[in-house]
Amino acid sequence: MQIRINGEEREVAAATLEELLAELGYGDQLVGTALNLDFVRAKDRADARLKQGDAVEILAPKQGG
Amino acid sequence: MDDPLTLYGEKFASRLLLGTARYPSPAILADSIKASGAEIVTISLRREAGGSRAGRSFWDLVRESGAKVLPNTAGCRTAKEAITTAQMAREVFGCDWIKLEVIGDEDTLQPDPFGLVEAARSLSAEGFRVFPYMTEDLVLAEKLLGAGCRVLMPWAAPIGSGRGLNNPYGLRALRARFPEAPLIVDAGIGAPSHAAAAMELGYDAILLNTAVARAGDPATMARAFALSIEAGRAAWLAEPMTPRDLAEPSTPLIGRAFDEGAA
Repeated sequence: MQIRINGEEREVAAATLEELLAELGYGDQLVGTALNLDFVRAKDRADARLKQGDAVEILAPKQGG
Repeated sequence: MDDPLTLYGEKFASRLLLGTARYPSPAILADSIKASGAEIVTISLRREAGGSRAGRSFWDLVRESGAKVLPNTAGCRTAKEAITTAQMAREVFGCDWIKLEVIGDEDTLQPDPFGLVEAARSLSAEGFRVFPYMTEDLVLAEKLLGAGCRVLMPWAAPIGSGRGLNNPYGLRALRARFPEAPLIVDAGIGAPSHAAAAMELGYDAILLNTAVARAGDPATMARAFALSIEAGRAAWLAEPMTPRDLAEPSTPLIGRAFDEGAA
């Protein structure tokens, strides 16, 4: 299905947010996630089901002022 | 001198908060944090492609510095974006402090006061300790305190501009109106003299980034800022004299030579 990941349209096979992170190669990276602008806790990612057209944000620690 | 900075019940010896962006290298960032003596550093969350471990290594560097982190919501344009980013930051960094940025104007990066108050109220209710990046507006300050903020962070000038204190009158008025609230000048500081001037106005601390990161020698500039902030704080505590328009001799007039009027 087609979803939007960090602002880019992608075709993915994952059915949940947890599967999506694995599919995209995030592995054990430290990231925060949001689905359609709502925060999704790490422990809830397995239950967060994806559907066509969803917008996912995956954010990692970065330099900031 | 025992004069700690107290923010949300936590005490710090340093009154300099340092941003971690725009340094020439991670090593120079680490050196600059050390030279600054900063006990609090700001940090962000950004998009990163899967497979890259840049975020993890950066986070390791910051943790090794020993400084407390103040995550920000930099770049957020709406209260909703800022709230969601703050929630993500709390989980990733394990910290309920948040530097709340809701940007309202692209050219000046001026904060959106309405989105700021909305986000501050919501985040405070969720248990966040909110550090709002704001203008020096008195009414906005009142609303943010009412929304649960216990610290305020007015700008000196637009982010990254290095212009110094654009509105000293407004900053002085804010200090006078809220004598009990910790006030941190955030954004626009370009030189150590700007930081000293803000501290002489009675500000409690300075948050800066670009002025150090973009200096020719960031670590030395970090040290220069630490000294200027210490000097400005000491000057404020020592109660600066009131300026006058006319001269007043510093040497006593009585007993001067060639005084025809002397008895």
